[in-house]
Amino acid sequence: MSVSSIKEFETIKHPVHEELAGYEGAKFGMWLFLATELLLFGVLFAGFAIFHAKYPVEFKLAHMSLDRVMGSINTVILITSSMTVALAIDAIQRGKRNLSIWFLVATILLASGFLVVKYFEYTAKFHHNIFPGNAQQVVIDHHTHQYGPVPSQWEGKAVDKNGVNLFFSFYFVMTGIHGLHVLIGMIVLTWVLIGMIKGKYTHWYYTPVENSGLYWHLVDLIWIYLFPLFYLIQ
Amino acid sequence: MHIPTQESRGHISPTKTYIYVGIALLILTAITVAASYIDFGSMAINVTIALIIATVKATLVLLYFMHLKYENMLIWSFGIFYPLVLFIIMIGMVVIDVFLRVIPK
Repeated sequence: MSVSSIKEFETIKHPVHEELAGYEGAKFGMWLFLATELLLFGVLFAGFAIFHAKYPVEFKLAHMSLDRVMGSINTVILITSSMTVALAIDAIQRGKRNLSIWFLVATILLASGFLVVKYFEYTAKFHHNIFPGNAQQVVIDHHTHQYGPVPSQWEGKAVDKNGVNLFFSFYFVMTGIHGLHVLIGMIVLTWVLIGMIKGKYTHWYYTPVENSGLYWHLVDLIWIYLFPLFYLIQ
Repeated sequence: MHIPTQESRGHISPTKTYIYVGIALLILTAITVAASYIDFGSMAINVTIALIIATVKATLVLLYFMHLKYENMLIWSFGIFYPLVLFIIMIGMVVIDVFLRVIPK
């Protein structure tokens, strides 16, 4: 091995050099993982579509009890957090470590904001006794405007209360798994933030930052589909 | 000997791109929320419009935020095409079975 200069020698001997070679491989592995996530949520979306077609009236009725404003706030929060994490990666690519730290902090704060809104949504549902697998009871017993009783007929069709129940089961499972992803994303981003503060990442080594960013974008992608399907189609 | 240089790292987009894409995503969110208050005639049309806007948003996130625009064929084939084909086979088969099966009486 001929070494043309001391500088080059130092670069070769640098311990991070092996990790650098793994950059493409690590990113490819991350994309494979994201592909499995697509299939996980894909099955749930397919189930939702099938039962939406089977119980159109019941699902429309159940849709009405979800808060469009809360859903929109969460969409704005998640899109903004997706942008800030992209900016954090952009900053470290340019070697601006301090800027990257602040964008990561902003992303984690926005993520916790998302979970806080979700918490209020869930507690509002629980307050009205809407639990997974036990929604029909509510809609029968409660007589508020938002969670009105299920009529026996709606738009000329008989209403099957099991359909309403099924909608809320899908709602809790899908937003619940998505919420879990948000939580895991927050933990991963916090780990990246600690590494960033310790100075582990530079403009030529930022693989964990980019891969956790990819994960966070996936969380945003799933919400982009969850939001209109659950909150908007009414 | 391969020396790591700036060129060997991931693609660097102009910082402005992220801001523009972020603003575009927020505008599309506003459009899809506004569209949800309008009844376009049938549930099927409403769902289709919502899904088209969602797909435009998802494409923006994939191409620009996730740098897919600058990725190589390996990631495109195994990260995008392969799972999509699996997805279509898996979900397509189930949906076809559920809606088109004729149960003999």
